[in-house]
Amino acid sequence: MLKAIGVASIEDLFSDIPPALRFKGQLDVPEAMSEWEILKLMKELACKDDAARYTNFIGAGAYDHYVPSVVHYVLARSEFYTAYTPYQPEVSQAVLQSIFEYQTMICELTGMDAGNASMYDGPSAVAESVTIASGLTRRKKALVSRTVHPETRVVTRTYAAGHEIDALEVPMENGVTSLSGLEKMLSQDVACLVIQEPNFLGNIEPVDEISEKVRAAGATLIVQANPISLGLLRTPAEYGAEIVVGEGQVLGNPMGFGGPYLGVLAVKDKYLRRMPGRLVGMTNDNRGQRGFVLTLQTREQHIRREKATSNICSNEALNALAATVYLSWLGKQGVKDLAGQCLKKAHYLADGISHLKGYSLAWKTPFFNEFAVKCPLEPEKVVKSLVGKKILAGYPLGRAYPELKDCLLVAVTEKRTKKEMDELLEGLEGLA
Amino acid sequence: MTYPANLKYTKTHEYVRVEGKKAYVGITNYAQDQLGDIVFVEVPEIGRVVKAGEVFSTVESVKAVSDCYAPVSGKIALVNKKVTDSPEVLNKDPHGEGWICAIEMSDPSEAGKLMDVAAYEKHAAEGGGHH
Repeated sequence: MLKAIGVASIEDLFSDIPPALRFKGQLDVPEAMSEWEILKLMKELACKDDAARYTNFIGAGAYDHYVPSVVHYVLARSEFYTAYTPYQPEVSQAVLQSIFEYQTMICELTGMDAGNASMYDGPSAVAESVTIASGLTRRKKALVSRTVHPETRVVTRTYAAGHEIDALEVPMENGVTSLSGLEKMLSQDVACLVIQEPNFLGNIEPVDEISEKVRAAGATLIVQANPISLGLLRTPAEYGAEIVVGEGQVLGNPMGFGGPYLGVLAVKDKYLRRMPGRLVGMTNDNRGQRGFVLTLQTREQHIRREKATSNICSNEALNALAATVYLSWLGKQGVKDLAGQCLKKAHYLADGISHLKGYSLAWKTPFFNEFAVKCPLEPEKVVKSLVGKKILAGYPLGRAYPELKDCLLVAVTEKRTKKEMDELLEGLEGLA
Repeated sequence: MTYPANLKYTKTHEYVRVEGKKAYVGITNYAQDQLGDIVFVEVPEIGRVVKAGEVFSTVESVKAVSDCYAPVSGKIALVNKKVTDSPEVLNKDPHGEGWICAIEMSDPSEAGKLMDVAAYEKHAAEGGGHH
């Protein structure tokens, strides 16, 4: 190979790098192994992970929903697994069609007019939605509720700073966005309000009142929605949201130790040209046959350059495909049934906990599949003790909300059985 | 490629049709040809004050986005709804129905300083510079 390219040694390939900058010595990487040795090593490492043996009640942004085998089967097809960006429609119809269907399903779930091919993850999608709103309204302040996921708030502030947008936090009251707090902060400088529904604490927000106030101020209502909850809750469009974002991990994607995840972004028509990321459109080829293409590319930074809304030129194609297969598998009725199971199971557990001596629900607000529990001992201790029983009891809220350090955030998905929930109840009871 | 004799032109391929105190502004035949099928025109708000040389609109084709520079200074008095409803009119009739907006000139002498059709024809034939 070296001879074929006319080079004497591998070292010669690095001749462009000044010697002073080159790493000297050996890289700290083990010697090459045979296929058998590697398989043996990987098996040993894999056995150390017994996460599957724990019962998971942790939510806080990543949820343990069942991913059906059909998702893995379709994703593993090399036409999808190794596909590059579909810039050439003539060789990418399968990928383009799947993205088009993904966009369509997202619009059906959210009530928006246009969805893009996806963003990197929920938090960055939210951050970009603020830029969209600021661009259209030409206002430089953005309000983000304290009940939005803490990491989303941090990411949003980071992106906003780059755009010289002031991202301000709206306080919370009784586990939801404070209406009086919001009222005080709305003004003609405010481009948007970001709320999460259900919020990080699991609670249903007073969306109608919030929407009224935000729209009266001429600002954009941006909702970070849990896609699974949309099987039961109203579409955000119905209560005046103009941009819907979300973390799509819940749609056919594993928790995966934190990623890769899936950023959902969908907008009302008037924001279409400010929407970043890829967009797949349906059209006809030169023989009049239906085909799919990347469209409205003049929005993107490779054409619009410094005037583009964002520098993103990628998407999470495989994760979006997983979401598409998952939603197809569920179907319209399945999405409702799934949301219903999550709701009912969560309420069964919450009810059980509220009857345990020493424990109480933090608020009386309606919730979907996640709720906060006031514990008679430090939540960190609860979590540590129950790990011994192979139960991951929940997320200690004190880690993100100092004012809620006596609370544990518990999530329930369709995977949690009555037996598992009863075991958690027993475990909690034993600690009080 | 032809250009109307009654218009004035800029190096950046905008034209001006003066009618009294108003200057109707659009992009030339050369510009629309270079851009290809036009799909969207971002029009300025009525009442906005522009200086000659300032970007007052952007024209988007399937493959490119192009800034339009105000040939004269003044206030945006009218906006052509046709270009927002049917952007393809810029391709079909750039010098006529495809005008983008009308500027109420603050200094009508600026229009006189623009290129006449002969100068513009030469400019476009020589490659037109950048647009």
